[in-house]
Amino acid sequence: MWEWVNVKMQITTAHAQIGLKMQDKHHIKLPEGSIEKTTTTLNLGPTHPATHGVFQNILELDGERIVSAEQTIGYIHRAFEKIAERRPLYQITPLTDRLNYCSSPINNMGWHLTCEKLLNVKTPKRVDYLRVIIMELARISDHLICNSVVGVDSGAFSGFLYVMQYRELIYEIYEEICGSRLTTNMGRIGGFERNFSNAAFEKLERFLREYPDVLKEFENLFNRNRIFMDRTIGTGGISGERALNYGFTGPNLRATGVDYDVRVHSPYSSYEDFEFNIPVGKTGDNYDRFLVRNQEMWESLSIIEQAYRKVQEFKGAEAEVYHADAPEYFLPPKNDVYTKMEALIWHFKIVMGEIEIPPGEVYQSVEGGNGELGFYFISDGGRSPYRLHFRRPCFIYYQAYSELTKGSMLSDAVLTMSSLNLIAGEMDA
Amino acid sequence: MLTNATIKERLEKHFEGRLTGFEEPYGMLSFEAPKELNLKVLQFLYDDEEMRFQFLTDLTAVHYPNQPGRELAVVYHLHNMRDNVRIRFKVFTDIAQPDIFTATKLYEAANWMERETFDFFGVHFTGHPNLKRILNVDEMDYFPLRKEYPLEDQTRTDKDDEMFGRG
Repeated sequence: MWEWVNVKMQITTAHAQIGLKMQDKHHIKLPEGSIEKTTTTLNLGPTHPATHGVFQNILELDGERIVSAEQTIGYIHRAFEKIAERRPLYQITPLTDRLNYCSSPINNMGWHLTCEKLLNVKTPKRVDYLRVIIMELARISDHLICNSVVGVDSGAFSGFLYVMQYRELIYEIYEEICGSRLTTNMGRIGGFERNFSNAAFEKLERFLREYPDVLKEFENLFNRNRIFMDRTIGTGGISGERALNYGFTGPNLRATGVDYDVRVHSPYSSYEDFEFNIPVGKTGDNYDRFLVRNQEMWESLSIIEQAYRKVQEFKGAEAEVYHADAPEYFLPPKNDVYTKMEALIWHFKIVMGEIEIPPGEVYQSVEGGNGELGFYFISDGGRSPYRLHFRRPCFIYYQAYSELTKGSMLSDAVLTMSSLNLIAGEMDA
Repeated sequence: MLTNATIKERLEKHFEGRLTGFEEPYGMLSFEAPKELNLKVLQFLYDDEEMRFQFLTDLTAVHYPNQPGRELAVVYHLHNMRDNVRIRFKVFTDIAQPDIFTATKLYEAANWMERETFDFFGVHFTGHPNLKRILNVDEMDYFPLRKEYPLEDQTRTDKDDEMFGRG
């Protein structure tokens, strides 16, 4: 149990008193009632390698069984909602990167879709399909991290190391598209900042060619692995009804047997043009969550293939379309800025944030890596949002953690935490 | 199929016209309820055979400092997953006495959402089991998302709007 070496333990039981003389008692300040206490308080986190982020859980343990867990969150709160109230729309995109940073492109696209809904910008089909490709790639990289980390936490490191090179390939595709890897700031209102390069498509083809074998092998490594099954089956489970009441969405909800998926229920970015299944589990435990995520990666692969085929069908001028005709929000080409008056004006107005946003109130959600990522955007006609609220799926379902881990072993609590795919950035906003 | 028109009709009938401001911005039915009715409306939407809005998508608040007596709006987004319909409703409250009934008895999900709303806007959710700050430090003595707390130092003249042609 190498993970536990660094755990800071606060043992405050009667045993701490053994061997102390009466006069020494005055030097030790024990909390009220701690002598009579028969349980152990354990601070799991906030900075611990096994928590994969800044999470603090104050666990009450009876032996190795968890009696109760109290979560403390907010260690990396960055006031995004407040900051967004002073920023023009295009400067809010980098804030969304930093929510769920394992799948930033989904957040970026979700934000652009929100703005487009409010501003009534209609995106061309090719843009929609390119967005679908990039969102599904992001979903794969998100699930890949989550599932391989579940493997690591149950003692199997090789899977993690093996799939990492394909996450790297996904990040290289991001790089070809937008120039950055983790916090992508990808796309603009109305489309993408530039057309996808040939190198991006070549890498995408390589990914589609090689990844299925890797995913198959990854599944072979875990799905019927006795040790893995013993560790995950029956731990951290929840019923569908409770999960809905707790506001679960995404793979964690689907693992309980509820087939809710934003891509199907409120289609955006032309998801209605694709054929795919919603994988569901049954018991909502760590094993089902793992299987659902794996299955979703297969579905994502199939969506990417379909979308790529559709993108290839565009010929001639249509094959060059990468943004909507929205001069008020989409930066004009640099050549035009230097040579045409109108383009210069738009460029200046956009960069300086001088475009008035029409008043309105809009809620738009996308299926993020962790579930329904919602943007509630109120504009009063000013140049930045009057109020912007992010519905962060992990913030909402993390409150069930106490219920999920109650009565389970301490080592399962760590596994449950990684299997929920808790991302501190998304939780704390 | 459950449509916005049916929901509106049922709600108006059940609450005898006490709900106001029915609108459909971008296709989502949206209305306003008096603050003492918030729980009744939620309960009705949850229990009613036809409504079944049993999923709380989002709960947050908005501060409108220029509306005396109704400065804070608490906004609920609900989802009926069977018929796949979403609605939004708002409850306005006086900032001097921002007491609103908690929705935690209906939705476990409301627990942290209400704590967040309390943390940032100071809305007091009556009956909440554990109403304390969640993302900010416990020692904080103000509610940062209220509009009276500007994002930047207001004494700085180099950042005045007129410097950017927006006087």
